[in-house]
Amino acid sequence: MDEKKEKGEKRGNSFKKTQVYKAIFGDLLYGEFKLSSPINSLIRAVAKAMQLNPYNMSAGGRKIITYTFCLGGLSVFFFALLACTGTFLMLYYNPDVNKAYSNVEDFRYIVPFGVLIRNMHRWTAHLMVLFVSLHMLRVFLTGAYKPPRELNWIVGVFLLVLTMLASFTGYLLPWDQLAYWGVTIGCSMGENIPVIGAKGPFAVLKSGSDINAVLVGGASVGQPTLLRFYLLHAIAIPLSIVALMGYHFWRIRRAGGVSGPL
Amino acid sequence: MSDINLSADNDYEPGALLEKPKTVTRRAFFWAGWSSFWILVSLWSFSVFRYLVPRVSYEPSSIFKAGRPEEYPLGSVTLIPGRKVWIIREETGFYVMKAVCTHLSCQPQWIEKEQIFKCPCHGGRFRKNGVNFAGPPPKPLERVQVSLGDDGRLFINKDHIVDFASVLKVSASF
Repeated sequence: MDEKKEKGEKRGNSFKKTQVYKAIFGDLLYGEFKLSSPINSLIRAVAKAMQLNPYNMSAGGRKIITYTFCLGGLSVFFFALLACTGTFLMLYYNPDVNKAYSNVEDFRYIVPFGVLIRNMHRWTAHLMVLFVSLHMLRVFLTGAYKPPRELNWIVGVFLLVLTMLASFTGYLLPWDQLAYWGVTIGCSMGENIPVIGAKGPFAVLKSGSDINAVLVGGASVGQPTLLRFYLLHAIAIPLSIVALMGYHFWRIRRAGGVSGPL
Repeated sequence: MSDINLSADNDYEPGALLEKPKTVTRRAFFWAGWSSFWILVSLWSFSVFRYLVPRVSYEPSSIFKAGRPEEYPLGSVTLIPGRKVWIIREETGFYVMKAVCTHLSCQPQWIEKEQIFKCPCHGGRFRKNGVNFAGPPPKPLERVQVSLGDDGRLFINKDHIVDFASVLKVSASF
């Protein structure tokens, strides 16, 4: 028994001395970076493999789960999941007013596991909005928006708005009554935006060419609207989110990792 | 050119170009390039924003004819589905209202039994003459221009919003 145990330990130790092990886990499990839990160590390891760790970081910032609840990380995870499930949905969906609704019904009756993929997309979208909001709340409550992170807060606000817009544009795509009138209402609200809305204060654009007309692409919600919202939902907004997220993460690294307790 | 003599007889003098005031300086060249760049960017952004609103819409025209006046019974409210208007015949005459709620652009429904328009989205209520009396709508339904065409049919122009009280009077023979 003891011999076996010793052997096992030796084998384990010898693996821990290899360069592969050190490259992945490095000094996360030993020395000054030893962390409280295996999950924290794993996250640090992933962060190290992706070169996300800054040169210097606060002691509190090492405890990711306990301090930030990983809300931002979960938002990224949801975004990745949405990109994957969204790509699968695009295989069967046509942004055509005569096809869109029946395409969405096909996910229920014709496409194997279509219900699973579509509902994953739907529920993940809800969760992403929820977790982005919770992330913002956490950052606010812990004062993590303070210098040198002011700019990252602003970038975060843009990311929140883009998340909301992605949610709003995706709402139209099933092309049912709820979607149609929901988007009619949403675009009508655009008319009251200052400057770029026709009915808002300081309006400079006329009713046929304001932000409402640009979104709808005509006098009322129709084929041009569906195509515009589809392109916004599947191309323009995700790409903007990816670009801003990259900058968001780079700013975190620049500021010395996630903020520690103040 | 005569100021600068580059011929073999007279060697090129360093700094000769600086004494010529009309020579384009590096700074002027920089500003010319920088400003033309931003002019190009602004023109290009204008083209992008203008691109978003096409010149022609393939939707049904906002100017159209809607049958003879005698086809509409007295007191009736008729929805023209593709055009999103109601044609209303009263004793005083005809008026045409946009089937667009003044709150957030949903389409109200005419409830014959209660003789009011109800908007399903946020519960807006309008009387038969278009006056808002309950719910969030801030103003009455919009009336659009209606006239009798040369062929005796109703001629409706949705682009032309008319006064709230305006009514098209038709002869009593109908």
